[in-house]
This record gives sequence, structure tokens and C-alpha cells, in this order.
Amino acid sequence: MKKLLSEFTKGIVKENPTFVLMLGLCPTLAVSVTVINGIGMGIAATFVLLSANIIISLLKNIIPARVRIPCFIVVIATFVTIVEMAMKAYSPALNRALGIYVPLIVVNCIVLGRAEAFAQKASVGRAILDGLGMGLGFTLALILICAIREFLGAGTLMNYSLIKGFEPARVFGMPSGALLVIGLLVGLFNVLKNRKG
Amino acid sequence: MDLSQLLTIFISAVFIHNVILSRFLGLCPFIAISKETKPALAMSFAVMFVITMSSIITWFIFRFLLLPFHLAYLRTISFILVIATFVQLVEMVIRKASPQLYRAFGIYLPLITVNCAVLGVAVLNSEMFFIDGKAVSGSFIYSVFQGVCLGLGYTLAMLLMSGIRERLELCAVPKSVKDFPLAFIIAAIMSLSFMGFNGFSR
Repeated sequence: MKKLLSEFTKGIVKENPTFVLMLGLCPTLAVSVTVINGIGMGIAATFVLLSANIIISLLKNIIPARVRIPCFIVVIATFVTIVEMAMKAYSPALNRALGIYVPLIVVNCIVLGRAEAFAQKASVGRAILDGLGMGLGFTLALILICAIREFLGAGTLMNYSLIKGFEPARVFGMPSGALLVIGLLVGLFNVLKNRKG
Repeated sequence: MDLSQLLTIFISAVFIHNVILSRFLGLCPFIAISKETKPALAMSFAVMFVITMSSIITWFIFRFLLLPFHLAYLRTISFILVIATFVQLVEMVIRKASPQLYRAFGIYLPLITVNCAVLGVAVLNSEMFFIDGKAVSGSFIYSVFQGVCLGLGYTLAMLLMSGIRERLELCAVPKSVKDFPLAFIIAAIMSLSFMGFNGFSR
């Protein structure tokens, strides 16, 4: 039981896809302007990660090893298309805000990375836990970056303004702000790690 | 199609909406392989070549296969499959035709399959130069040209970054920000300076 639980929790802190594994940074940086965007992207990526993990771990004995990468990509692309169509139908505004970064979940290294490194060797149950944990870790990291950027760049959180008279620094809403925030956060993560070890 | 449009695409793709510094496409190899100039350059050329070729191929697929049969929703799947196959093909051809070039590209060629810049440019082209399911006039030239320009932008950012990081090797930096965090912060400053080009756009 404890071992199963660790499959789930490892994605959140110890092997956090964003801060520790440094995977899937492109969407993280591009969409993290507001918290709402971050939550939408996080849910979309988690759905793809979970579904792809399930299907790939079910098919692990059927897929020949030599053509496994194209097979994985087809599975992943199918779920990304489902997400894309659902998002276009139910939340056009979110779809517009996320733009080309929705189809780009296909090439998000987290999804292919988990398929290659974990799902193709694991049982379905463990693959589900891994997908959920990694998805959650990704979403939490995304929300953290979004919250910092939205607060510093626009003075709001989830579109509510928090402090009266706070003068936002618009640069944090721009691409360079994203790079700066992630650079400092990874640095901070390293400081904590070095102090512990 | 006119020349001023091409110039706009050029400036926008290379400077204003630089693939790496403003659109964040192909960021993973940008951070991982920009430690030295030589491999960075090899990677950029490989990316530039693949982006250009895949712009051409995906344009034909979108225009003559997906649109006439109302299959535009299959865009993501078909594009990524075509790009993956194409990269594999290129790898085989180069290995056979020029082992020297193959060694220069090394592992970077297969890595390009999952480089979001390539798929990103294909998707971007299909969104910018097709309006309501119809190709705008000259869309083929625009698509290919945009592919080339984005590849140039990629090379530019990669060269600048690797140059800076090569010099940083000699500096004493705090242990915690060494490598990746520092690379991000440098990229942030570069992106800030590239924002100065914003005035060019209308």
C-alpha cells in the first residue's frame, strides 16, 4: 500500500516534472500568464497523461519494441485531439487563450517521457497512479508559476485584485517574466536541496 | 503575395515573435544543448532544415488532404506522424549519403521529433495562412518562408545563448544557480532585450 502511494506522491515533490525533471517547460512558460490558464492547461495535460498511461500500459505486450515511439505518439495524439475538440466545444475562450499550446501537448516531453520510462513497464494500476501524480505535480507547479506571474504582472489572482494600490510590474506578464520566474524558482529549489543534502 | 508581407513575416518571425524567446518553442534543447557553440550550431541547423521541410510537407497535407475531406480535426495526429516519419527518413538518408554530416548532427536529429518548435510551426502555419478552411493567396510561399525565418530565429537565439554561456564557464557563480537556473535568467534578459523589437510591428 505504501509503495503504491509513493507512485502517486513522487510526481508531486520528489520527481516533480517541472522543477526536478525539467520536462514540458514550453507550455508551462507560455500559458502561465493567469491562474485560470494554468488550471486549464494542467487539467488538459493530466487527462492526456492519465489516458495515455492507461492505454500504453494495457498495450505494453502488443506494441513491438522497435516501433514503440510512433505507437506511443499516435496514442498520445488521439487523446490530445479529444481534449482539443472538447475544449473548442465547451470553453472557446480557454481554447483561444491557450492557442497552439493545446495541440503541442503531443510533444510535451512529460507525456512521452512517462510512457517510455514508466507506463510501458508497469501494471495498469501503477500507471494510473503515476499518471495522476505526475499530472498533479505538473498542475501544481503550473499554478504556482501562474500565481506568481499573475500577481506580480497584473496585481490579481484568478482575476480578483488583492491589494489596493498595488502597482503591477507588467514585465512579469511578458515572456521574459516567465523565464525569470522559472529561473529563480529552480534556483530556489536547488538552494533547498543543497541545504538538506 | 507581396514583398512587404514577406518582410513583415521575416521581422516578426526572427525578432518580435522569436520561437524561443517569445513563443517558448523548442525550449528544452535550447537550455540543454546551449553550453557550447559547436553542438548548438549543429542542432540549430538540423532544426532549421527540418522546420523548413516539414512546413512544405504539412502545407500539402493540410491543403490537399485534410481540408477537402473535412478532416481538419486530424491535424495534430497527421502532422506529428508525418514529422516523425520525415525525421526518421532524413536520418536514414543522411547516414547513407554523408556519414560525416551524420556524425556532426549526432543525436540531435532524432531528438527533433519531439521538438515542439517543429510541430508548433506547422500548426502556426495552418492557423495563420488558412482562414475558414481556405488557403489565403500565396499561403504556400508564406508558410515556407515563415518556416525558414523561424528556423533563423532559432539559430540566432541559440548562437547568442551558447556564446554567453561559454564565457560564463569562467565566472564564479553561486552553486545553486549554476547551469539551468542561470540559463533561464540569461534567457529572460535576452527576451527582455528582444522585446525592444516590438515597435516594428504594426
